[in-house]
Amino acid sequence: MNLISKIVIPLFVLFIILYGVKKRVNVYDSFLEGAKEGLILVFHITPTIIAMVFAVNIFLDSHFIDGILGFLKPLFDLANLPIDILPMALLRPISGTASLAIMNDIFMHFGPDSYIGRLASTLQGCTDTTIYVLALYFGSIKVTKTKYALPVGLFADLMGIIAAFVITFIFFG
Amino acid sequence: MVNVIWVLLILIAIIYSLFTGEVETINNGILTHATSGVNLILEMMPLIVLWTGIMKIAEKSGLLHVFARALNPLLRRLFPSLPRNHKALGYIASNIGANMLGLGSAATPFGLKAMDELQKDNPKKTEATEAMITFLVLNTGGVTLIPTTVIALRIMHGSANPTEIIITSILATAVSSMSGLVLDYFIRRRKRL
Repeated sequence: MNLISKIVIPLFVLFIILYGVKKRVNVYDSFLEGAKEGLILVFHITPTIIAMVFAVNIFLDSHFIDGILGFLKPLFDLANLPIDILPMALLRPISGTASLAIMNDIFMHFGPDSYIGRLASTLQGCTDTTIYVLALYFGSIKVTKTKYALPVGLFADLMGIIAAFVITFIFFG
Repeated sequence: MVNVIWVLLILIAIIYSLFTGEVETINNGILTHATSGVNLILEMMPLIVLWTGIMKIAEKSGLLHVFARALNPLLRRLFPSLPRNHKALGYIASNIGANMLGLGSAATPFGLKAMDELQKDNPKKTEATEAMITFLVLNTGGVTLIPTTVIALRIMHGSANPTEIIITSILATAVSSMSGLVLDYFIRRRKRL
């Protein structure tokens, strides 16, 4: 698996360049033209990224999530679900690095092959950081009226999280 | 909407920390987190510039069209509002492909470029189009087939079977993406009636 993911990118780049040469495209000039567009793209997304990183990080600093957990603990105990997974599920749509850090903690405390370790792995793999993706993609083209994009994205996350619980239970429970 | 989330995150953080006496952490955060943002951009910039450069070659040689045609049966159903030869479709196809292979760093530049192409024929520049929203739903669902980071971390922590979660991840992703796309489809259809 590792070899495949290591070889995919070099082959892909090779293929694009050979195909370009074959079709008599000025490969070098095209690269420069695209790279320049990329630089402008980075320029456009810079304010969005600074804004989101700032808001998400001070939110994490405040440990508000830990505060909510206190309220939810009895409910989780009742349903016999591991409470330690909850911060990860709550943070998954907001911050990819934060949920990854929690997964790492879970691996350290319970081991990757425990039920909760497998659940965390599935959660991390099953969805992307919705709020970050929305802010980044819409911010890059200055779209401010995102209409129903966020509710649909969060709905998909919720279904993914529920599915992760159910599927992990079926496979490893 | 992102606007609301942004305000909420900051409001909750500052007000909650006032109550719990963690103001100092927040104070430090306000002063240092802009740097984290800039660092993230500096990390992404070389990859974005590199990939948009390489993909320009693919665009000029017509290879992007080939990608789009390969995924055409899927794309036509997902993006009925786009004409068959729309430039964005090639980038969307590349983005989906890169995501599936777990190449997130390559997927983002393709995705940004796709949004850029979609924006070019958007009549109202500040409003999201249907195609943009469908594309984002697809992306936030994260159609990952091989969660490379998770597997790497499992190996690091000595898992006996680091890849056993691939199947559960794929199933959960499928549920997440499908439910997002179905909801998106119904919203689009209701608007047209």
